[in-house]
Amino acid sequence: MNLLLPLLLSSVGLCGLWRRADVYASLTRGAEDGFRVVLRILPALVTLLPAVAMFRASGAMELLSAWCAPLLDVLGIPPETAPLLLVRPISGSGALATVGELIRVHGVNSRVGRTAAVMLGSTETTFYTVAVYFGAAGIRRTRHAIPAALAADVTGFVVAALTVRLFFPE
Amino acid sequence: MSVIWTGLVTFAWICGLLTGRAEAVAAAALDGAAEAVTLCLSMLGALMLWNGVMELLRAAGLAAGLSRMFQPLLRRLFPEAGRDAETLSALTANVTANLLGLGNAATPFGIRAAERMSRTCHGAASDELCRLVVLNTASIQLFPATVASLRSAAGCRTPLDILPAVWVTSAASVAVGLCAEYLLSRTGDRAL
Repeated sequence: MNLLLPLLLSSVGLCGLWRRADVYASLTRGAEDGFRVVLRILPALVTLLPAVAMFRASGAMELLSAWCAPLLDVLGIPPETAPLLLVRPISGSGALATVGELIRVHGVNSRVGRTAAVMLGSTETTFYTVAVYFGAAGIRRTRHAIPAALAADVTGFVVAALTVRLFFPE
Repeated sequence: MSVIWTGLVTFAWICGLLTGRAEAVAAAALDGAAEAVTLCLSMLGALMLWNGVMELLRAAGLAAGLSRMFQPLLRRLFPEAGRDAETLSALTANVTANLLGLGNAATPFGIRAAERMSRTCHGAASDELCRLVVLNTASIQLFPATVASLRSAAGCRTPLDILPAVWVTSAASVAVGLCAEYLLSRTGDRAL
């Protein structure tokens, strides 16, 4: 595992040289793009993290989790992730803030921390994406796009909890 | 989003007053803002490096290879749109960029494909447009760079150990999304 990253970097570089790509320029151009991504999410995070932290500190988060727990238990999803499930389809940076908070509170290698990370990595900001694509295409009747997309999201949440339980038994 | 933010904050202070944690709530607001900056700074390096690697892979022709691999599959998934060469190439570029986790690059291609596909729609989404949206809302990226950066920023030494779980989960959610799209396109239209 410790060799994986250096190996990956050198093989990507060698592959680039082989294919006559401008290795160094591509790396810096991509890095610049990554910088822009972080720059774009920073204002959203500065706005959202205080709200999430306040929500947690007030005890409202526990209330919400306890309220959702019976349903989530049936699906095998840790109830602590309830806020993430609600935020994920609506706001990407909100979801990022929630996962950051869950990892800070429960630990990055805890079951909750891992499940939240897998959920974040395998789903998308559904409503935002629907708005962008249908907005661009001038679609007013979205028909079955949203129910189908939400079915994919729910599946993602359940399978995330399932795979973390299978791959990281405690 | 505005309603959610206001709701969160309002609910938090009312709940804080009722549970006698008003002081903790006040402290949490400022701590949260500071933490957002720390979080972004600690993610910045890893995320920039990964974006560089992905960009290099794209420049080295991996994207072109992936496109060749996926074009036949996409032609089956989008029989109508696949007849138009330019729509098909926009679709392929969209899926390939999504796989590499280059969301910024994926969206313009997806929008171009959606625009071309919507010409015959008259304001109502066709089955194939719904399918395109499902494909883009169910994340299909092979390497979730943001999550990996977030985990390493939190001090995790093996941030990539969740990759197999992410792949299985993504595959399952895309499969269910496409099945749901197919089933709903047959039965659900009158209800929606």
